[in-house]
This record gives sequence, structure tokens and C-alpha cells, in this order.
Amino acid sequence: MSDKKQQVSRRQFLNYTLTGVGGFMAAGLLVSPLRMAIDPVLKESTSGDLVNVGISVDDITSEPQRVDWTITQVDGWYESEPSRSAWVYKDDNGDIVALSPICTHLGCVVSWEGSEQYPNQFYCPCHDGRYEKDGTNIPGTPPTAPLAIYEQEIRDGILFLGNTISRKGA
Amino acid sequence: MLQKMYDWIDERIDITPIWRDIADHEVPEHVNPAHHFSAFVYCFGGLTFFVVVIQILSGMFLTMYYVPDIENAWKSVYYLQTEVAHGQIVRGMHHWGASVVIVMLLLHTLRVFFQGAYKKPRELNWIVGVLIFFVMLGLGFTGYLLPWDNKAYFATQVGLEIAEQVPLIGTQLKTLLAGDASIVGAQTLTRFFAIHVFFLPAALFGLLAAHFILIRRQGISGPL
Repeated sequence: MSDKKQQVSRRQFLNYTLTGVGGFMAAGLLVSPLRMAIDPVLKESTSGDLVNVGISVDDITSEPQRVDWTITQVDGWYESEPSRSAWVYKDDNGDIVALSPICTHLGCVVSWEGSEQYPNQFYCPCHDGRYEKDGTNIPGTPPTAPLAIYEQEIRDGILFLGNTISRKGA
Repeated sequence: MLQKMYDWIDERIDITPIWRDIADHEVPEHVNPAHHFSAFVYCFGGLTFFVVVIQILSGMFLTMYYVPDIENAWKSVYYLQTEVAHGQIVRGMHHWGASVVIVMLLLHTLRVFFQGAYKKPRELNWIVGVLIFFVMLGLGFTGYLLPWDNKAYFATQVGLEIAEQVPLIGTQLKTLLAGDASIVGAQTLTRFFAIHVFFLPAALFGLLAAHFILIRRQGISGPL
């Protein structure tokens, strides 16, 4: 037996074989559990349908008013009806604006004229965050982005709202 | 690359003797199926351990979806079975593996018994093995309730009544297991879950360690 031909020693061959077979078995074992574990990432996100929020277009004024409604949420095996809310008004062109009340600073809930010191603004009580009527954050206050806006649609004169769309910072 | 990483670690903390101790040992000719095919009977212990590893892995992943609560247990299992990709396979691994592990354990026990491998000086390891068998039965019993379907419920009902037949302490033992004197319900389920995923596995790991240390210390029994 010449030395040149012996490029793989018996020991190496055995090591490769055992590692290969062991790796194959371990991989075979773990494929299904891992696929199951990452399933939430690979599931298509179901974008929520637009929901009747229970206010007719005629009742919406130029003054923001708070609208509360519930959505049907399916969370794995658990179904619930969590509540959602929005600040709704008609802007100068008569178009309906529906703003999310979630402060873009740290997620508290803002309210229209929530502080007597700041009329005509949305006010967040947690850290004095403020927004203009159109939802634009006021520079110098904690929020770095405008209030998110709801997807909307008007069906038979009734307002329907969907998911929120966040907007870039001013 | 791997070799370099290994060398870097080995140079600092000298890990070679550790895995040598674990991996390097002689396999006598009479237990090597390559020499005598009938030596396959010596594989059952290792196969039992292999299936136990499958049970631990699949069980760990199952707890990502399972909820040990009477309102949600069945629903979460149903969701896992029908909505989650490969969920059916992973639960299948755990379900069938539970039976296979008992079969392998029994075959291993039969081999040790009929070869007389439990005799001096290996009596202690036989005792440890019997304890492992009891722990396995406990795992099977507690795991059976967890899907919280009709079969699970009534099997547990029967099992608890069997526990009640124990002389003197029967009633207390049943209450201890079920968490309530008369109801098989919310408290039973959480109890069985805790026993199934924490207490018995901890006991199993300890016993398996003892089983393996003893067999390495005493060596495998000689040829017949």
C-alpha cells in the first residue's frame, strides 16, 4: 500500500461516517419541532377587516370626538373581543380623519384637549406629549412621530375603521 | 475551522480528558453485533435512552403551545394538531414515543433478567433501573391526562381510584395526586402538568445519571 493513496485514514473515515450519521439523525429529529416552533413567523398575518364603529358620518363634526368599538380577535385557540378607540372629526375639506389615541412616545392614551393649558391639541398625561389637531406631534414634546391614522371606509353613511397606519416623524 | 476552535478551547481548559472519559471505552466482542448478530439484544438500553431524548425534545417544543388549564388545554392541543405546521408530527412523536419507550425499557429489562446481568456486583444498578421504570410509568400516567379529552379524563379517574386502594393512606394519596378529595378538574390538571414536566423528569435525570455512572464503573457483564 503506497502512502500517497492513503489520503483518508481509517480513524478519519470512521469520524466522518459517525458524524454524518449522527448529524442526519439529529437533523431528522429536529426538523419537525423547529418548523413547529417557527410557525408564528411563517403564518400569513391576517389583516383585520374594516369594522362598523357605530357612528354615522352625519354625526361627525369638526370637533374631534372619541369613538369606541370592539373587534373580534382570534389569538391561536383564544377568541376575544378587545376594544379599540379613535378620535374622529371632519377636516376643513370635509374629509373624515380617524386618529389612533395611542401616544407615539411610550404608548399611553391621548385625549383631545386633555389638558386645560393646551386647547385645540391632543394631550398625553404621561409625559406631557402634545399633538396638533391633524395628529402631528409638536416639536419639543416627547413624541417623535404623529399619531397613527386608521384605514377607513364609509358604507351606507356609516364609518368603518380597520388597521392603524403609522406615520413618519415630523 | 472547527479543529482550530476546538484547539483554542482545549489549550485553555483541557477538555480532551473530559470527553475521552465519556466516549472512550472498550466495547467487548460479545456485545458487538458486528461479531455476533445476536448481540443486538444489548442495544435496547441505548435505544431506550434514544427514545427518552426524543421525548424530552418533542415535549419541550410541545409546551410552546400547550396550556395546562381546563378551559384551554384541549383547545390548545386541537389548535396545535390542526393549525400549526408539523404540530401533528411533533405531538405524534411524543404520543408514540411514550409507548415505544415502555416497550424498549421492557425489552432491556428482559435481556438483563434472562442473562442474569443483575447479579452481584450489579444489584444496585438493577434497583436504579426499577426506579427508572416506575418514573417512566408515572410520566405515562401524568402525561395521559394532559390533552384533557374524554379518554384522558376517565383514564385518570380510574388511575386515581386505583391509587385509592392503597392500604391506610389510600384516600390521602388520591387527594394528594388529584389536588381535591372528590373533583378531577382544574387542580388535577395543573398538578399532573407540574409532575409531568418538572418533578418526574428531574427524578429521571438523576436516576439515568446514576444508571450510566454505575454501568461505566462496573463495566458490562461478561459473556454467557
